[in-house]
Amino acid sequence: MIDMLWRRLTDKMDWPLFSIALTILMLGVLTLFSASYETPSRITAQFANIAFAFVVMWVAAQIPPQLLMRLAPPLYIAGVLLLIAVALFGDIRNGARRWLNLGVTSIQPSEIMKIAMPLMLAWYFHKYEAMLRLRDFAVAAVLLAIPVFLIARQPDLGTALLVSASGFFVIFLAGLSWKIIIGLAVAGLASTPLMWSMLHDYQRQRILTLIDPSSDPLGAGYHIIQSTIAVGSGGFIGKGWLKGTQTHLEFIPERSTDFIFAVFSEEFGLLGNIVLLMLYLALIARGLMIAANAPTFFARLISGAITLTFFTYAFVNMGMVSGILPVVGVPLPLVSYGGTALAALYLGLGMLMSMQKHRKLVQT
Amino acid sequence: MQPPAMATEFRDNERELYYFQLRVGIAGAVVLVAFGILLARFFYLQVVQHDYYQTKAEDNRISIVPIAPNRGLITDRNGVVLARNYSAYTLEIAPDKVSNIEALIDDLSGIVEIRPSDRTRFKRLMIEAKGADSLPIRSRLSDEEVAKFAANRFRFPGVDIKARLFRQYPLGKMGSHFIGYIGRINQRDLDWIGNEGLEANYKGTEHIGKTGLEQKYEKELHGGTGYEQVEVDAGGRGVRTLSRTPPTSGNNLVLTLDIKLQEVAEMAFGDQRGALVAIEPSTGGILAFVSKPGFDPNLFVDGIDPTNWEALNTSPDRPLVNRALAGTYPPGSTFKPFMALAALALGKRTPAQAISDQGYFIFGGHRFRDDKVGGHGMVDMYKSIVVSCDTYYYQLANDLGIDNIAGYMTHFGFGSRSGIDIEGEAAGVLPSQQWKQKRFRRPEQQKWYAGETISVGIGQGYNSYTPLQLAQAVSTLASGGTVYKPHLVNYVENIKTGARSYVEPRPVSTLPAKPEHIEIIRQAMIGVNKEGTGARAFAGAEYVSAGKTGTAQVIAIKQNEKYDEKRIHERHRDHALFIAFAPADSPKIALAVIVENGGFGARAAAPIARQVLDYYLLGKVPKKPAVAGPGDDAHD
Repeated sequence: MIDMLWRRLTDKMDWPLFSIALTILMLGVLTLFSASYETPSRITAQFANIAFAFVVMWVAAQIPPQLLMRLAPPLYIAGVLLLIAVALFGDIRNGARRWLNLGVTSIQPSEIMKIAMPLMLAWYFHKYEAMLRLRDFAVAAVLLAIPVFLIARQPDLGTALLVSASGFFVIFLAGLSWKIIIGLAVAGLASTPLMWSMLHDYQRQRILTLIDPSSDPLGAGYHIIQSTIAVGSGGFIGKGWLKGTQTHLEFIPERSTDFIFAVFSEEFGLLGNIVLLMLYLALIARGLMIAANAPTFFARLISGAITLTFFTYAFVNMGMVSGILPVVGVPLPLVSYGGTALAALYLGLGMLMSMQKHRKLVQT
Repeated sequence: MQPPAMATEFRDNERELYYFQLRVGIAGAVVLVAFGILLARFFYLQVVQHDYYQTKAEDNRISIVPIAPNRGLITDRNGVVLARNYSAYTLEIAPDKVSNIEALIDDLSGIVEIRPSDRTRFKRLMIEAKGADSLPIRSRLSDEEVAKFAANRFRFPGVDIKARLFRQYPLGKMGSHFIGYIGRINQRDLDWIGNEGLEANYKGTEHIGKTGLEQKYEKELHGGTGYEQVEVDAGGRGVRTLSRTPPTSGNNLVLTLDIKLQEVAEMAFGDQRGALVAIEPSTGGILAFVSKPGFDPNLFVDGIDPTNWEALNTSPDRPLVNRALAGTYPPGSTFKPFMALAALALGKRTPAQAISDQGYFIFGGHRFRDDKVGGHGMVDMYKSIVVSCDTYYYQLANDLGIDNIAGYMTHFGFGSRSGIDIEGEAAGVLPSQQWKQKRFRRPEQQKWYAGETISVGIGQGYNSYTPLQLAQAVSTLASGGTVYKPHLVNYVENIKTGARSYVEPRPVSTLPAKPEHIEIIRQAMIGVNKEGTGARAFAGAEYVSAGKTGTAQVIAIKQNEKYDEKRIHERHRDHALFIAFAPADSPKIALAVIVENGGFGARAAAPIARQVLDYYLLGKVPKKPAVAGPGDDAHD
């Protein structure tokens, strides 16, 4: 009886994916325990977040890809409409118009786009799967450009880049010609000065700060300086769990959220970093394997895009903390404290599992 | 190309899958490269640059906190404490952490009493001590006030209670001029610290000696600053102490001065203005150093409030001036013994050589009057000092000439700084042809007139000396001709090792005079106190003393005018002077007294000297100030 129930509960579970993610999650809790030494309530809160994320994953894993596909256009349209609403009636916080007040709660519609964008593009390519032409890629580019433009002018450059990355992964995997990719890359480089002139002052400052953090040691440079010191002083084997001075003397800002990697790196050193990189690599490898073996074009595209987006988050966050990328508000996947980000990640993992487990059903 | 058949479509599907897998493979390669870059970056930071970042992290974490040393004590020769430290609570505001200081002080005053003078003083400190971490708004909080603030501390970020060591001068006004005071370090002090290369040692020090011994012996008194290595968090709050190098206390100053004698001397002045310097003739050690009126140096320690400052600074009595050191006065007739010795040493007079005094001396058609109408009759050297005969010295000065006088008086130290161990000494004026040439600009002013020499002979004219110089000259007479450098400090004591470094009595020079000449002057000065102008003041003394009265004109009296004390405005009255040493045969103390606008020296200054000598030699503590004798016509 219990056996039956267990099987019923777990038949959509991809164990390799789940166990790798769980290992990273546990490392994260360990790091969070050190980072939020003064506020132990965060640990219990994070366990609650994890429990909720598991539910989200389970539900997502039960949803068959076909249903997801059908959900894609309405979700995308709703997202775009909400973004327009933000532009018209949004609340301004910290100088940016990102939030929409719904009376009961406030939401950030740009977050919805992180999921809706790849779904929409995958749906579109799947629909015209048989004969993809240049025109289809042009349509995809427009579908991508509209929300990215709306998010970028909020302004929220970080999210805009991540949304366009998730969309680009779909387009790339759908087989966009190399000529165009290279052409776009060249055009992108060429238009750098133009882009620079369009950036807001604080965005330019972030990039300048990356090049020379000491130019603003107490302002924008402070985060990078302190986090690189934390990483560097960790050395090969780290200072040991709960023994990071940068962490415990509160030199690392936002140490339980965006900069938690500095804590991890300080206490566990290069060895810890290598372990973490291997775990991420394993997770990504599993995700790409699922994508490569997925039965439908939609399933392939969406699993590939989810996996690569996951990679992007990990890379951007670690690159930012170690001082090779500008500071953008990206949490470290499965490690940073925070319920929304975790739920979104497990939504992605659940979707991956769904692609993996619903394969046989679809292929008939 | 249209898909013609199932087979082709199937093949297309296979091709499509192949292309997709190729793209996935490329994406995987990109992931590997990206992670490789991260790994390289981690390796660079954590292995290659590890030492650099390790140091950075330590710098972040460890803060060096200076610990100011205890300032050395100042005690008199018998160990009576003149300057000490005590611990008290102060309420301090960190100006950088407060946006509206006025409003904050308003709020604070609801909890702790803050007077308007505290506010104005705080404002002045803000200007003077720019960049200071925190400044006191109130000092010496009561226990009740400390408790009250502690309960309300959360309401006042940037305000805190600190336990600090304060300098205290327990005797208040007494000896304030030579002890001096400390005050908050200002820009000028910072420059001095910089020039001396003492920046490191003054980290954590907020006060510095401003005047007197506190200033002169700053380096001895200050001590060595200690350090504490403290682990601090990002907000700069100390988390724990890692190591501690304790500070070394400053050295103590032990003076040659006898504070009881000082007290007797200050009491003797009553509320008169003036100065007294008493010296031990065999060493040059200062026994008493009085300047009246005094001021309370405690007012200066936390920064003086403007009301008190205004009062001290604008008082016509000028209490802040150290009269003994920086005030210069004509010596009047106290100059005569030195003139007489010059005459003997230079061979211009023999002791027995006498003049006939008719009450005046005529030079160049100008009549120089003696105080005594009709004159003193036949006057030899002994009598000239005992009765203070002016005519004798008019003539003597004329015979010696100004440059001989100046040349000989230099040996006593007249007209040059003694080099005593406090700052601010005036040089005074020992007139000579050369001096006049330097002093004036117009050629007709630069010329020395022989007539000017005559008034120099009785200690008037351009003559102007500090009480310290006068006392040193008396002390030189008393010591039999050895000139010692005057000093206030007897020894500096290292608190830890107990080692004492003495200020050795340093004979600077010897007076070019034969012992028998000095003996003649000594006998004449004994005569002054026995049968002369000082006799009334020293009546019934149980020891033999030598003295000389003096009266210095504040305003010139016209030739045919008689000086009438009662008619002249108090501030224009003559200064009263007296010099003395005792016991006459083996002097233990030599002194000079000046009472500003005191009138005749015999009446105002000699009784003060009597009380001081009585106390020093016999231990007699006077019951009331030395008041001027009754209507006394004992001129000098």
